[in-house]
Amino acid sequence: MQSIHVRTKINGQAAEFLCEPRQSLLEVLRDVLRLTGTKEGCNDGNCGACTVEMDGRIVPACLVLGAEAEGADILTIEGIAEGSALHELQNAFLEGAALQCGVCTPGFIVASKALLDSNPDPTEEEIRFWLANNLCRCTGYDKIVRSVQAAAEKMQQEATS
Amino acid sequence: MSTSTLEPKSTSAAPAGKSGNGAPRRDSYEPNMVLATQTFDVVGTRPVRHDGADKVTGRALYGADLALAGTLHGAILRSPHAHARIRSVDTSKAEQMDGVHAVVTADDLPEAEDKLVDVGEGDTRLSYVHGNVLARGKVLYQGHAVAAVAARNQHVALEAANAIVVDYEPLPSYMTAPEAMAADAELLHSDLRMKEFGEQTDKPSNVAEHFHWTAGDVAEGFAGSDVVVERTFDTATVHQGYIEPHNVTALWNHDGRLHIWCSTQGAFVVRDVTSKILEVPVSNIKVTPMEIGGGFGGKIPVYMEPVAALLSRKTGRPVKLVMSREDVFTGTGPTPGSHVRVKVGATADGKIQALEATLAYEAGAYPGSFVAPGGMCVFAAYDCANLSVDCYDVVVNKPSSAAYRAPGATQAAFAAEQVIDEVASKLGLDPVDFRLRNAAKEGTRRADGPKYRRIGCEEVLQAVRDHPHYAAPLAGPNQGRGVAVGFWFNVGLESSCTLNVNTDGTVHLVEGSTDIGGTRTSIAMQAAEVLGIAAEEILPEVVDTDSVGFTSVTGGSRTTFATGWAAHDAAQKIVAEMRARAAKLWSVEADQVQHAKGMYSSNGNSIGFRDLAALSSKTGGPVSATATVKPRGVGGSFAANIVDVEVDPETGKVEILRFTAVQDVGKAVHPSYVEGQMQGGSTQGIGWALNEEYFMGADGTMENSSLLDYRMPTALDLPMIDTCIVEVANPGHPFGVRGVGEANIVPPPAAIANAIHRAVGARMQRLPMSPPAVWAEVAES
Ligand code: FES
Ligand code: FES
Repeated sequence: MQSIHVRTKINGQAAEFLCEPRQSLLEVLRDVLRLTGTKEGCNDGNCGACTVEMDGRIVPACLVLGAEAEGADILTIEGIAEGSALHELQNAFLEGAALQCGVCTPGFIVASKALLDSNPDPTEEEIRFWLANNLCRCTGYDKIVRSVQAAAEKMQQEATS
Repeated sequence: MSTSTLEPKSTSAAPAGKSGNGAPRRDSYEPNMVLATQTFDVVGTRPVRHDGADKVTGRALYGADLALAGTLHGAILRSPHAHARIRSVDTSKAEQMDGVHAVVTADDLPEAEDKLVDVGEGDTRLSYVHGNVLARGKVLYQGHAVAAVAARNQHVALEAANAIVVDYEPLPSYMTAPEAMAADAELLHSDLRMKEFGEQTDKPSNVAEHFHWTAGDVAEGFAGSDVVVERTFDTATVHQGYIEPHNVTALWNHDGRLHIWCSTQGAFVVRDVTSKILEVPVSNIKVTPMEIGGGFGGKIPVYMEPVAALLSRKTGRPVKLVMSREDVFTGTGPTPGSHVRVKVGATADGKIQALEATLAYEAGAYPGSFVAPGGMCVFAAYDCANLSVDCYDVVVNKPSSAAYRAPGATQAAFAAEQVIDEVASKLGLDPVDFRLRNAAKEGTRRADGPKYRRIGCEEVLQAVRDHPHYAAPLAGPNQGRGVAVGFWFNVGLESSCTLNVNTDGTVHLVEGSTDIGGTRTSIAMQAAEVLGIAAEEILPEVVDTDSVGFTSVTGGSRTTFATGWAAHDAAQKIVAEMRARAAKLWSVEADQVQHAKGMYSSNGNSIGFRDLAALSSKTGGPVSATATVKPRGVGGSFAANIVDVEVDPETGKVEILRFTAVQDVGKAVHPSYVEGQMQGGSTQGIGWALNEEYFMGADGTMENSSLLDYRMPTALDLPMIDTCIVEVANPGHPFGVRGVGEANIVPPPAAIANAIHRAVGARMQRLPMSPPAVWAEVAES
């Protein structure tokens, strides 16, 4: 099968790769670029474990073709922390015990960051609505929702101080 | 139509925790109360988990993330039929495809010897494990593995698997226990003979085993009862639903050593079962447990490990197999569907006189449905002298069932707790009060014989009665509040742990329990408590089977209990050694050195753990200790729920308005993760109650094998899940730990059913209580 040459930007850095037309962005991230923080739970858009941000929108990477990444700006879980400093959401997930097995966590953090970027002070209902595409089988979501609330509060305090 | 609220108990004691007296209001109430009875320095605190940074940055390596150089990718061909004879398998076309390196079928496996093998939480026949890994002669369910391919990449492997030609002769299939038990049902296994009351009979049957426990005289008990209620219940097959699909990489090296990397709840089980299937000594197999993305019991069985190993041996290269979500649903253990009859009799003064149950569970393709634990748990919360319980383990044409969190107990509680509720309401008694009057306690004899040691059934029910939620008013029509209680035994099994003291005063902790939900930390905390140092100063590591002593599965709520105990014992050995080292320093006898909270002292001398560790080279060399345990002292756990629902009579949709999970955990080592277990188990119970179900077509194939159509709860479906940790110390454990992982899934379906009944008067006798099912019941009632 003829490979396609794709130029893109991943976590702020220019990146290029070769992929087959049938390869999903998820496959490319994990198998070609070895960015394995983005997880696969279903490969058909129904679990959210593969959530990445693409040109400012969150998408399931399993439903995007690798070739569609041409010219795009992609953010994955590996790009959430700044240098050695964790993002407030990452801190909040740790403090709030918002993960058990942790396989859903990258997807939740990427999705939650997109939420707080657009809505810095979401209600519980808004958080639950936004995260309804991300399945977690371990936590019952309680501590995830609370951790997003805690991070939002912290980030707002930081923004105003 | 019943009343829509439960009567608040005017006599209730002031609720513990932060709520005050008087009518508690939701907004004044602080959730997640902990009714602690013992306090420690480290145990009971909430440090950040040791593997946390890796897991929030995507750095943690799960099984599917591994990519060894030269890896080939595999795919498995699965049966499209629920039951069929395999006339022939033709792999020639697949083998010739470009990029295909090897194909294997059951013919590549050694013939299974007829012997028993320990599969993690008990024994089963090796031929069953064998037959489930790759079908031989017959396929017994849709999704049954028939052949496997290793190829250049997964796409080529999948194409090649689909090019394998299998000639099937379809056979009649049975989807439920009553169907398979029918006199004229065809046998799934021609060599299966029913085991009855512990004895092997020569009766050919689809009933693999019939258990029976009895005590007292139930006929007399029912005759002396003022109220007797009898009902039957059915529950659908559901899946554990972990987000990470099963995966494995195997490398059968040219020196004969087999190395397996996989997501498993028990690396040693994978080693031992693979060794038996492939007839390779355990010493030639090393299993490295990767991070695991959920298990709930479903990642105890061995599925693909022997297959990947065979493909690796054929190709001389590492071979990786990862299941698709559809493979997970159709090829791995769901929890059994069930058919349960329960009969309860009680006198007007609220004393239960007789309890009777018959349970028939779908084992799936091979025997072993966990119906026996279901039967042991069905009346576990009640003290009654007259009991009779019959259990049938029935093979049907569904995937071979696997453990799912308190396996067998949830189905049983769904039946028993509804009948108990009905008896209470017929007697005009508050349902919690009725349960309390009959609650099991220390010395109560369970249906299957054993007498309880110290248990927390009464304390859990009292916590329910006294909880502000139980007295809070309901807000409108079609709302109802339900309660239910459930039990799980918990297990001990075997664990090992090694502690290596570093000269900077930190301690490396080496253990073999897969960490599914923060157990590195709950184990480390127990070592820290004994050593008198901070949890963060212990550095836990889960290692491969060559690098630590035997450790049983992460299952049975045992990891914090048993591996934590091994850590406790190893830490005690370290303390003894450190006393000897300090004695050397001060030229006194070791027994003259006292230890308290990390300080060692004798006759006015004292030195802290860190300074003493720094001197280890001068006092005799490295300090290290290993401990292994096979604990007795296992403490069972009771859990109860208070749940408020609102039923939409137009659509039958049930909304969970408020949910409180109460559980006796003995001692919460890390309360946040204990709450997490309770919340997670409750949520799985809610999914089981309201939505989840295998839709089986007329031909016995699953029609909803995706996460879109198999509907697990999302964040939007739920309120916060409030918790109330009850601590009735387990006298059998150094810190009183019982274990927390399982009992919490037992009461939710029953509690929700009871809430629905109180909301709209419908008695739900089938799971799931999905909108159409509830709508139909409401229309009828
Ligand atoms: S793997 Fe993409 S949504 Fe599940
Ligand atoms: S923490 Fe396991 S799936 Fe969310």
